[in-house]
Amino acid sequence: MIRMLRSAFVLLSLASPALAETVTDFTLPNGLQVVVIEDHRAPVVVHMVWYRVGAADEPPGHSGIAHFLEHLMFKGTDEVPSGKFSEIVQAQGGSDNAFTSWDYTAYFQRVAADRLDLVMKLEADRMRDLRLTQEDVVTERAVILEERTTRTDSDPGALFGEQAQAAQYLNHPYGIPIIGWRHEIEQLDRDDALAFYRRFYAPNNAVLVVAGDVTPDEVKRLAERHYGPLAPTEGLPPRIRPSEPPQLAERRLSMADPRVAQPYVVRSYLAPERNSGAQDKAAALTILAYLLGGSGTTSVLARKLTFDTQTAVYASAFYSGDTLDTGTFGLIVAPAPGVSLPQAEAAMDEAIAQFLKDGVDPAALDRMKTQIRAEQIYADDNTSALANLYGEALAIGLTVADVQAWPDVLQAVTAEDVMAAAQEVLDRRTAVTGYLEAAGEQGQ
Amino acid sequence: MTVTVMKWAVVALVLAAFPARAEIAIQNVTSPGGITAWLVEDHNIPFTALEIRFRGGTSLDLPGSRGAVNLMAATLEEGAGALDAQGFAEARDALAAGFGFSAGQDSIGVSARFLTENRDAAIDLLRSALIEPRFDEDAVERVKGLILAGLASDAQDPGVLAMRRFDEMAFAGHPYGSAGEGTPDSVAALTRADVLDAHKATMTRDRVYVAAAGDISVAELGPLLDRLLGDLPAVGRQMPAVAGWHLGGGVTVVDYPSPQSVILFGQEGLRLDDPDFFAAFILNEVLGGERFSARLMTELREKRGLTYGVSSFLAPMDFAQAYMGQMGTANATVAQSIALIRQEWQRLATEGITAEELAATKTYMTGSYPLRFDGNSEIADILVGLQMDGLPIDYPATRNARVEAVTLDDVKRVAARLFQPDKLHFVVVGQPEGVDSADRQGSEGVPAP
Repeated sequence: MIRMLRSAFVLLSLASPALAETVTDFTLPNGLQVVVIEDHRAPVVVHMVWYRVGAADEPPGHSGIAHFLEHLMFKGTDEVPSGKFSEIVQAQGGSDNAFTSWDYTAYFQRVAADRLDLVMKLEADRMRDLRLTQEDVVTERAVILEERTTRTDSDPGALFGEQAQAAQYLNHPYGIPIIGWRHEIEQLDRDDALAFYRRFYAPNNAVLVVAGDVTPDEVKRLAERHYGPLAPTEGLPPRIRPSEPPQLAERRLSMADPRVAQPYVVRSYLAPERNSGAQDKAAALTILAYLLGGSGTTSVLARKLTFDTQTAVYASAFYSGDTLDTGTFGLIVAPAPGVSLPQAEAAMDEAIAQFLKDGVDPAALDRMKTQIRAEQIYADDNTSALANLYGEALAIGLTVADVQAWPDVLQAVTAEDVMAAAQEVLDRRTAVTGYLEAAGEQGQ
Repeated sequence: MTVTVMKWAVVALVLAAFPARAEIAIQNVTSPGGITAWLVEDHNIPFTALEIRFRGGTSLDLPGSRGAVNLMAATLEEGAGALDAQGFAEARDALAAGFGFSAGQDSIGVSARFLTENRDAAIDLLRSALIEPRFDEDAVERVKGLILAGLASDAQDPGVLAMRRFDEMAFAGHPYGSAGEGTPDSVAALTRADVLDAHKATMTRDRVYVAAAGDISVAELGPLLDRLLGDLPAVGRQMPAVAGWHLGGGVTVVDYPSPQSVILFGQEGLRLDDPDFFAAFILNEVLGGERFSARLMTELREKRGLTYGVSSFLAPMDFAQAYMGQMGTANATVAQSIALIRQEWQRLATEGITAEELAATKTYMTGSYPLRFDGNSEIADILVGLQMDGLPIDYPATRNARVEAVTLDDVKRVAARLFQPDKLHFVVVGQPEGVDSADRQGSEGVPAP
């Protein structure tokens, strides 16, 4: 139960909306934004509620409360006894889950289309009427501590990613792990959870996405019945987080752990995020990441580090720009046996410098644009992914129009745009470089 | 253990069935050259998903060349015909086609998706990878490097360490008893000749299964099958023998420095064609299945906060059958967790499940059926799995009736047969407190039922 988005390395995606004009959106009088995606191929529906609140909106000193609340949302309400939410959904043959990011918290159910009324009733019920007992809170806190142990403390790569992210953000809360620092999770209590819940879980801070074998009229009728009566939170402030000061010095860190089998070097840079009505730079960075490291065979880093030379067993690049605030762009190189991390880093820097000199291979850019077009066709086959695409975008301040314009914005990116983005972002002064290595090799 | 997540997915799919929508129909296609496939036509989206399996997989490795089949499958995409690795990748990307190649313990898998407008060119390219892969020396060496890096990581992964130890003990002397990827030594010793040999021996027409879904007709699919697969060798290497089960009850501790222990537990399971399999599947769903309300989740997570997740699953394989479960918990609570799992195992053996649990599980299983068939890729994957499992083409239409037919008496009888608390073996990887290895398993093994 409960996954967390955005681990240390985000897979590059060309996520595209479907070609077909099947998306409808509207807003209820209480502020709930609704998106309906029609797909009548199978009698299935995905129902999602995205709250515009995540780990980066937590009060200082209470890290992990957004994720902890996500767990506690599966406890009871005035109408549904504790622990019965999932049982009711699953008794209908459905599945349900939730996930937390820095910028949003989302809940979803996947059910037969004729059960939409039931899951909507349940989700609406817990938007305002959560009931938490002290016992529920204490037991669930033990669960999330175990979750942290499983996901982070047992995995040197995850621990290292957490440290590198903290080094990347001096002032912005993206530097705090979504699951929270252990010593702060241990102190989270029922009052923390309820205060966060009452403030942020409201129709005017949420996006409802319904995708599948439904019509917009039917969704509107059901949404008005179940979500319509819920009261908004008055006076919700704009989402302004502490921002980063200018980065003046490169940051470096290294970590050694006996559990590390494959050392690697990771370099990340602050990078502009995708913004409503201004997606060009994010599109150029998306393509840059793909060209540099999107393929293990044909990308710039793969060619230079694993084909032309045998410097690395693996080399990749990522861009995390689907964020409310400043995102990151990064490079990862896992050296081949006998190659040290400094040697791998030097080879990586040389490959980047050469790329900045040579520019974009036009044939590679053409192939990528073909794939972007195809992705719009393939995207129609996966309704859940489409629901995620719209939900995430709307939760980070983009619009339906932004999502639908995205493939065209990508298509319009030129080689010059890519190089300009590369020159802007790939600046060592704003970089964090980290070495993860096996214990005993440190300082080589 | 070789009872992997992939196998688990196959089991779940076996028990899936079909949405009650008449317009979705499975057609049996036989090519002019005699290759059969199952097809679901859906012309809504202009692409096709294709799934191909070759039975045998990594279990067909010859003694002394463990890992050859896995290396071969991972190198299929690294150059074919006139194209080297980069040329092949560029050609694939220019067509916006997607290919996937994998090797499991029971099969080699080939997945493809391609646009209708590029179908012929995409099939030609895929054909070259299947029929005339180059296996260039430098490509083989590069892929070996990746596999060796993966094996090094596996050696530090408590979950993988637990599986490996369990497999070694349960399936001693059989390919299932070792990793299909091979060992660092065996992989390092593999040559291009081993790879060529593995290709000829495992990807043959006598063991191929095919399913397609999407924008393609019966008339188009038949000739495509011949073009794609017709030039493969007719007959491949002999299948391995049955693995048996060589592990009794007990606890095995593998020391590993970590704040948390991984616990893998299991005993022998049931064959997929066992008449009791459906009842066993229902029992497992109650104990540790997909639902959050399963008994193990309730007892260990909801009531006591001992773990983030605990689950169990039946794992029928081609040459053995296991009943497995896994969880992670702090080192201090390993002993308590093992005691609770044993207690639940015993409770099921003696009491079975209640009429309410049976009814709720049937509702869940029959109600979730249409949710699995919601995309071309999903449908093709399910259909190829059904064929591998030897199920009839009308299975999806009859499956829910089989679920409904299971009675409370059936599950009570099968619970007493299935759950054997004294045969349940725990492998703990970590530094558990108050738990020692107390192996009671011996090489004499446990006779198959």
